[in-house]
Amino acid sequence: MARIIVVTSGKGGVGKTTTSAAIAMGLAKRGHKTAVIDFDVGLRNLDLIMGCERRVVYDFVNVINGEASLNQALIRDKNCNLLYILPASQTRDKDALTLEGVGRILEELSKDFQYIVCDSPAGIEKGAYLALYYADDAFVVTNPEVSSVRDSDRMLGILASKSRRAERNEEPVKEYLLLTRYDPSRVKSGEMLGLDDVQDILSLQLLGIIPESKSVLTASNSGIPVILDEKSEAGQAYEDVVARYLGEDRPHRFIEDKKGFFRKLFGGKS
Amino acid sequence: MSTASQKMTTSSSVLEFKSSTFFSPILILYSNDLAAIEQSLQDKINRAPDFFRNSPLIIDLRELNKSGLDISVIEVTGMLRKIGMFPIGVRGGNEQQNKQAHKLSIPVDAGRENDSVIAASITASRKESGARALEQRFAEQSESSNPSSPSAGHVEPVSTLAEPIRSMLITQPVRSGQRIYARGDLIVMSQVSAGAEIMAEGNIHVYNTLRGRALAGVQGNTAARIFCMDLQAELISISGDYKTSEHLTEQTQKKPVQVYLQDHALIIKEIA
Ligand SMILES: Nc1ncnc2c1ncn2[C@@H]1O[C@H](COP(=O)(O)OP(=O)(O)O)[C@@H](O)[C@H]1O
Ligand SMILES: [Mg+2]
Repeated sequence: MARIIVVTSGKGGVGKTTTSAAIAMGLAKRGHKTAVIDFDVGLRNLDLIMGCERRVVYDFVNVINGEASLNQALIRDKNCNLLYILPASQTRDKDALTLEGVGRILEELSKDFQYIVCDSPAGIEKGAYLALYYADDAFVVTNPEVSSVRDSDRMLGILASKSRRAERNEEPVKEYLLLTRYDPSRVKSGEMLGLDDVQDILSLQLLGIIPESKSVLTASNSGIPVILDEKSEAGQAYEDVVARYLGEDRPHRFIEDKKGFFRKLFGGKS
Repeated sequence: MSTASQKMTTSSSVLEFKSSTFFSPILILYSNDLAAIEQSLQDKINRAPDFFRNSPLIIDLRELNKSGLDISVIEVTGMLRKIGMFPIGVRGGNEQQNKQAHKLSIPVDAGRENDSVIAASITASRKESGARALEQRFAEQSESSNPSSPSAGHVEPVSTLAEPIRSMLITQPVRSGQRIYARGDLIVMSQVSAGAEIMAEGNIHVYNTLRGRALAGVQGNTAARIFCMDLQAELISISGDYKTSEHLTEQTQKKPVQVYLQDHALIIKEIA
């Protein structure tokens, strides 16, 4: 049985797709057969970040409509043969995805994969709901600013009340915080919220802090998930995230302005 | 083909059924004196016109029949309609009364005992119209009835559900966009986020940070209170009297406090 992870945020442009690509690659590189699904119908960009846009023949909607089999639509990653991408359709409208159809495909994938990463579209509308409905774990991607934190809080409310686990009264979706595009110098100057401020509001288990880094743009331009750039701080931060998610205990880094090493026990407020 | 018929054929469906829970006041009659009932009702309408205007209503005749008092459903219905109420059901009637109800196309035995039909307290006000728009999930949990104050006259719409009012306990965080409604007291162990709204007909206790909106005594209970460990609320309200965050003074912000009503003024006191 696969573990289904939704990468969600409410707000757009915070780093969901970057995160989805990175953690899917990270999990696959550690030997777990992983599929990453683009739920952003109409906006297709996961395939760009994964560098497989020229190999897209069929997409998620084709599979749901029975126009192609999963095997036909899944694209094997060029850097890691345990990683597969299910791209979104650029041409279809959002209503092409249905709850039943998504469920059917996740179930089929579950037989063969260990992890399924769902890259959610922005907003709290149908697309985001479909991406989170079947989730076991949620990576809540948040930028250190008030509107992003508020949207994440909203998303957490939806996870807690509208997910399948909530509906069935099962163990709740496990929620993790990913603080991305974190810029310690701008936190220091008060332009951005600090980690403590964010944690004060969200009280979530912190999976990692991804610093603002030029390497992210470079990576996405070259179609290689940033986690493969081992020299970049963002790449290392994502590597930590995957390790922590799989149960490793690693101290948090990239919190402070280079100099000091900040050590403190983070995690959900009890 | 005419435009009208085209419309007919292109529309895929003409109706849809949806299940729902419907809240309606129950009018329990203790006397068969029509004039006295009308007088008593009129008094109550005058006091809370918003609450009763066009209100649907279930007529409960059980008490009358228990005491062997007869009344005509046709006459009661006529009187109720005259004063602007809409009887939508009769319960506890005898054979003849049920027949009369049938003649008027009013359903019989409406609102069975274990339905979540609540009896409206005659003193209740609808200051918080939002209170009705509860999230279904929470609506299903709450089933206890409204406390009603005994009133003079022959008509005493009290709850027929003799259950005690249960309090509601929430242990998960209440996130932005979520709403919770409790018919009795509401106890929240986790934080209440900005953009969240918690409401109770009774008291509200928040054993954590309150950043959202908290409304106690939403059906008019002026004795309701709000207690919280860390007050950073966007709005607090008791029985319709409210304060927004800009009027919460510095000295009570971020401190354990209780909030209560005194002569229509919200008092916020630190809990020592
Ligand atoms: N850690 C980071 N540092 C710098 N830029 C980033 C970082 N994470 C994301 N970005 C940039 O932010 C933009 C939005 O990222 P994306 O992952 O597409 O967000 P979303 O999927 O949430 O809309 C992209 O241009 C991406 O390159
Ligand atoms: Mg995206």
